[in-house]
Amino acid sequence: MKASATKKNGVLHFYFEGELDEHAARQIRRRIDAFIDENAAAESAVFHLTHVTFMDSTGIGFFIGRYKKLAVYSIPAYFADVGCEADKVLSLSGVYTVVPKLPPAADQYAAGQSAGQGAAGQYVAGRETDHSINGGRRA
Amino acid sequence: MKNRMILKISAIGENEGFARSAVAAFAANLEPTIDELSDLKTAVSEAVTNCVVHAYKGAESAENYIEITCEADTKACELHIELADTGCGIENVEKALQPFFTTSENAERSGMGFTIMQTFTDGCEVESSAGAGTRVRMKKKFGKKAGDNAE
Repeated sequence: MKASATKKNGVLHFYFEGELDEHAARQIRRRIDAFIDENAAAESAVFHLTHVTFMDSTGIGFFIGRYKKLAVYSIPAYFADVGCEADKVLSLSGVYTVVPKLPPAADQYAAGQSAGQGAAGQYVAGRETDHSINGGRRA
Repeated sequence: MKNRMILKISAIGENEGFARSAVAAFAANLEPTIDELSDLKTAVSEAVTNCVVHAYKGAESAENYIEITCEADTKACELHIELADTGCGIENVEKALQPFFTTSENAERSGMGFTIMQTFTDGCEVESSAGAGTRVRMKKKFGKKAGDNAE
């Protein structure tokens, strides 16, 4: 599992790539939390899951954990680009009630691929910080 | 025709990916769809993770084993999977099977492991007793014929 984090115009973006299981979650959890702590004034956070090729129920606990961490700073969280594998598990858990999925159009804005504002309001291009957070297993 | 695989691995986190990939590779002869294979991998991953995290309490010792037995029935297009550990066992299986039940509330566990095993397979049974380990048996059908899913 590879993970990277970026802050763009007040929005934290977390990109995940590879297989998210219990072993992988252990590798990346602490550094993601550190990035959240470093950016406590962020307006919102987006978990990008396009390149997640596998996820089990560990992913549910993992994202609820990050949601709680962000909630301490009153930062709302969203999912973007959720692939089929992750979607099936996340749907079953009901996690979307607290971490909603952004509609596809908003995904583009969130990723900075288009000008203007997305459904969630505040997404525009512009990089401020960028961190790689790689887990133990290579994709 | 029947085909069998017995896999004995250490109950350590590194083996979670290996175990689900090995079972998926063994199931390849049953010509599963990508969705079926994905469901199988998820179910196996849940069972293996339970062994690592709960049965052996995260000890991550190479001396703690998970034995995975797979039997493929090519005629019925079915895979039977049994995962056995010799860990702490489950005191109350009925309770453990309930969605969102977890004994590790402070460790970001979702309590959805058994629910996913039940949902993503065509049968899941759990046999356990405290101190004597746990056996999880799952059945997965592949290439469901038209009518198999008819409501």
